[in-house]
Amino acid sequence: MSAPVFRNPVVRWIDYRLPVFTFLNHELNEYPTPRNLSYWWNFGSLAGIMLVTMIVTGIVLAMHYTPHTDYAFESVERIMRDVNYGWLIRYLHMNGASMFFIITFIHMFRGLYYGSYKAPRELLWILGVVILLIMMATAFMGYVLPWGQMSFWGATVITNLFSAIPFVGENVVSWLWGGFAVDNPTLNRFYSLHYLLPFVLVGVVVLHLIALHRFGSNNPLGIDTKGPQDTLPFHPYYTAKDMFGLGVFLIFYALVVFFAPNLFGEPDNYTPANPLATPAHIVPEWYFLPFYAILRAVPNKLGGVVLMFAAIFVLFILPWLDRSPVRSARFRPIYKIFFWILVVDCVVLGVVGANPPEGTWVVIGRIATIWYFLHFIVLLPLLSRLERPRPLPVSISQPVLSGGGYAPAPARAMDKA
Amino acid sequence: MVHGAEAVRGQAGGHGHGEGGGSRRDFLILATTAVGAVGAASVLWPFIDQMNPSADVLALSTVEVDLSPIAVGQAITVKWRGKPVFIRHRTEEEIQAARSVQLGELRDPEADEARAQRPEWLITVGVCTHLGCIPLGQKATDPKGDYGGWFCPCHGSHYDTSGRIRRGPAPQNLVVPDYVYASDTVVRIGEVGPAGGAAA
Ligand code: HEM
Ligand code: FES
Repeated sequence: MSAPVFRNPVVRWIDYRLPVFTFLNHELNEYPTPRNLSYWWNFGSLAGIMLVTMIVTGIVLAMHYTPHTDYAFESVERIMRDVNYGWLIRYLHMNGASMFFIITFIHMFRGLYYGSYKAPRELLWILGVVILLIMMATAFMGYVLPWGQMSFWGATVITNLFSAIPFVGENVVSWLWGGFAVDNPTLNRFYSLHYLLPFVLVGVVVLHLIALHRFGSNNPLGIDTKGPQDTLPFHPYYTAKDMFGLGVFLIFYALVVFFAPNLFGEPDNYTPANPLATPAHIVPEWYFLPFYAILRAVPNKLGGVVLMFAAIFVLFILPWLDRSPVRSARFRPIYKIFFWILVVDCVVLGVVGANPPEGTWVVIGRIATIWYFLHFIVLLPLLSRLERPRPLPVSISQPVLSGGGYAPAPARAMDKA
Repeated sequence: MVHGAEAVRGQAGGHGHGEGGGSRRDFLILATTAVGAVGAASVLWPFIDQMNPSADVLALSTVEVDLSPIAVGQAITVKWRGKPVFIRHRTEEEIQAARSVQLGELRDPEADEARAQRPEWLITVGVCTHLGCIPLGQKATDPKGDYGGWFCPCHGSHYDTSGRIRRGPAPQNLVVPDYVYASDTVVRIGEVGPAGGAAA
């Protein structure tokens, strides 16, 4: 635990006065990490890398972008055609948003499967949900900036959600717009906030990490680490594993950016915004589709809006809905089944959100919505009481060590202490 | 801490009452907090209010529309305050359909007579009261919904020939803007009539 001795005298001089190197060494080098983490634990660091990627590409885009209704669309087209490597930077940013959400969703489902939201990591989880909300706001406002048809009508529909608020709804919406419709004032403020929020995100991510490092990572067994024989120093073990995962991810990201850059996009957004004609079929970006499906499942405006927000807010109280003391689904045979049903349910909601609200889609959407809330509000509390979990291993290292493995001598010594 | 408190109390005691010193401090804390809160709120308000529509946006604009070229059964869309306004020259059947409905059947009960100053001209803001899409039904080829008025493609709201919501998620009828007839064939949208509203 004592402060490390750095060989470089300059580092030593600085560290004595400003202990950043001690801090980094503590949190990124010797930081004890459960030795059994799987690749599902790669997605946190990937999300962090995506946040940095978004900020770097975003700042570059901002050097060429014009936030005015008369020029926004043209300036994005200019980025695509005339600015050196503008196409690359915009496609990195545009698809980066999708990658960021894919990573974050996987990261969250990982948390659900392994019970990472349970004590003592409730605040860590809650900060994660806050991050998701800020990400959604940022992505929504970013999507408005190119001022295409989907930008405009997405902004119209989403800001109109607030008109469902009783009594003051209309005032709130006109306050958001700065006018009587989505227009230049709206575009300007969205640009300002789109620039700001990612930096707020950085702040919340720092808090998320402070909370993480308080108790360290959860792990696939969901049991606490019991001493050095259960952990590995973060470096080089997990820096190497994270780097490998990053490489695999970058291949995927690059394939999309170079070979299918508009895969996640809507062709309608390459038509300039027209406030007098709504496109025949408006859909939000794919990462909002499940929530959009919940919105449309309710045949009442206020009800739909409330339920849509509730779908995220229920995650805030998740640590108190699932009272089972066992974290990992590996030892929860029934929860494991319901977890996978929930995954399917969310995918179904996404598909429903992408389809017109007619015929059987409406019915499927309603069933899937009911199931979503049933899972969190009814099934989880019930399961925590009724389910008989399978016996937990004594420690992370025990199954290995009892099978003839060995623990490094100093670790053993400290274990006894 | 104790030292400081006693010192202050001692000073207060100089004026006579040791006990009164405590409550005087409470009062000061309370008053300072209150003044601070009012100050903070009054600084906060400009930062909130700057987002509301600005004076130039608010400057009430009116649009004048010549109705003479619009044939019976036809509809046109004009832009007013950044939003579309639907002007439909209704047919006799459309007027009949709108006026024969029992008000009790409506989600947002409003008589057609109160929504159109002249029965043949229906003027509404062309913005769906659900989440703000532009309903279809202005062009001859558009779907007009199950009630012959408008159909909103976004989440499936049906409006009747009076622009009233009949089915789907929208809570209210299409809004009727303020307007006055400047002459027999010219209408000024955005102007409040002598009667004070659209329902003259
Ligand atoms: C959490 C991080 C961020 C997310 C999720 C995000 C998301 C998005 C999205 C979805 C778009 C629309 C892309 C398109 O369809 O063209 C966009 C556009 C844009 N973003 Fe971001 N962004 C982030 C960070 C930033 C930052 C930090 C800046 C500036 C410093 C920035 C500047 C811009 C600009 C100028 C555009 C308009 C150009 C364009 O549409 O390609 N973004 N952003
Ligand atoms: S916006 Fe018209 S039905 Fe939703």
